[in-house]
Amino acid sequence: MFIKQLSVFVENKHGRLQAIIDKLSENGVNIRALSIADTTDFGILRMIADDNEKAKGVLADAGVISTSTDVIAVYIDDKTGGLAQVLKIVTDAGISIEYMYAFLGRKEGKALMVLKADNEPLAEKVLSENGIALANPDEL
Amino acid sequence: MAVWQPEYELMPREQIREDQSKKLRWQVERMYKTVELFRKRMDEKGLKPEDISGVDDLCKLPFSYKQDLRDYYPYGLFAVPMSEIRRVHASSGTTGKQIVVGYTDNDLEMWADCFARMLIAVGADENDFVHVGYGLGLFTGGFGAHDGAVRIGATAIPISAGNTQRQIQTMIDFGSTVLCCTPSYAMYLGEVIEEMGVKDQLKLKAGIFGAEPWTEEMRAQIEEKLGLKAYDIYGLSEIMGPGVSYECEYQCGMHVCEDNFIPEIIDPDTGEVLPEGSQGELVFTTITKEGFPLIRYRTRDICSLNYEQCKCGRTHVRMNKPQGRTDDMLIIRGVNVFPSQIEEVLLNVGGNVTPNYQIIVDRENNTDTFQVNVEMSEALFAEGMKGIEKTTKLISEKLRSTLGIGPKVNLVNPKSIERSEGKAKRVIDKRKLK
Repeated sequence: MFIKQLSVFVENKHGRLQAIIDKLSENGVNIRALSIADTTDFGILRMIADDNEKAKGVLADAGVISTSTDVIAVYIDDKTGGLAQVLKIVTDAGISIEYMYAFLGRKEGKALMVLKADNEPLAEKVLSENGIALANPDEL
Repeated sequence: MAVWQPEYELMPREQIREDQSKKLRWQVERMYKTVELFRKRMDEKGLKPEDISGVDDLCKLPFSYKQDLRDYYPYGLFAVPMSEIRRVHASSGTTGKQIVVGYTDNDLEMWADCFARMLIAVGADENDFVHVGYGLGLFTGGFGAHDGAVRIGATAIPISAGNTQRQIQTMIDFGSTVLCCTPSYAMYLGEVIEEMGVKDQLKLKAGIFGAEPWTEEMRAQIEEKLGLKAYDIYGLSEIMGPGVSYECEYQCGMHVCEDNFIPEIIDPDTGEVLPEGSQGELVFTTITKEGFPLIRYRTRDICSLNYEQCKCGRTHVRMNKPQGRTDDMLIIRGVNVFPSQIEEVLLNVGGNVTPNYQIIVDRENNTDTFQVNVEMSEALFAEGMKGIEKTTKLISEKLRSTLGIGPKVNLVNPKSIERSEGKAKRVIDKRKLK
């Protein structure tokens, strides 16, 4: 099960991130998870919104560039070794991870990780086969 | 006071006018025969060479433009057979296409004399060591200074540009007394000399700095750091190269070598000659040059002329430092940059780059900073981090190879580049030059 992630271009300019987040909040978009990657010249804000299409629309109206990407949200045990177990499955299958970040989970005893792999369908397959739970969009 | 060619430099003004009139008639007559474009423009105005009896008729003559040099590239505007051309020089044009100019033996003699006048005016003679830190090559700066130094019998040190440590060591070892380079490079040399703590080992007494705009503050700093007196020189390849005009010992405006070049100040919009003392576009007519002569060449530089007699005794008119340009050309670290060059690179980089850009020039620690803002596009952003970085790197490299200097490329929000009346403001020059 893939979920939609929004990547947003953030110009390297004071107050730019604030303006983007304000715009989303004014329009009632709730951000469930986010991560910021920075280069020397600009930033990329990656986020999972409660309503991806709406978030994309709000940003487009504000002249902000964004793209949607399919990612996997993986439930992991909230204990030592939880993440290691998941990564081993992925690595053993020859899959590389491009980036990942943590999520606000709603399940007791579980943490959620957003994961972008170079081969998403394969990642989904091997994780499911190994009994790792993936989040559905409606669970977020 | 030493003067290299008193017969010209101290000539009374009425006589200058007579001399110029005679030379102008000669030039118009020969160019009408040998330069097709000039003849065509004269014919269009219904003018014959005999209609030009002297300097008073100069304003009737057609203008010439930088574009002419590109249209007739490479040798279409030369006025003598190539067998009489002894040397060529070139400078970069707006679209990467260079322009080329040529000199006969007499032209090279005249140029050397013009530069020699300046060397003598700033107190140099045959006992001096002239350190030529301008690039020696197709650029006119290096050879102009070199030939001038040789002409006065000084010892020329043709070290050319670059390799700062070696420049300074050479200055110390060879005993350089007169330094010729760009003012920003002089500033840089001064800083490195300070770091090395070798100022007291230098014998510099005068510096001849040109090819880019500089301020009185820079002059004071250069003089302090290098322990010399700093003088301004003006020139452009189309007219000759460095030495078209130069400062004398009084540093109060640049004397134009009026026995070779007639300057005019015009309204850049109407082309009308402006009253004495007005600020406007500087126009030159070369009245002695044989190989590559130009009539009423539009320099695009904005300045004014001062006909008052100078304290040094020279009668040649003084032009003040150009205050700007009528076109959008920028001079960044001594390099000519046209916004259209940047647009062309962006258009050719392909794929997902839009040609929406803005140039930001500033000056930090007396060195020009150069940034190009490019608008991010949906499609470029969709390429992901690696794709974007690859593209910005490509833009940066292409700009460097086209312009000769590399800007910092910065991606900005789409439509964030200021547009007024639908036209984007392409250049923000924050350098404060007085």
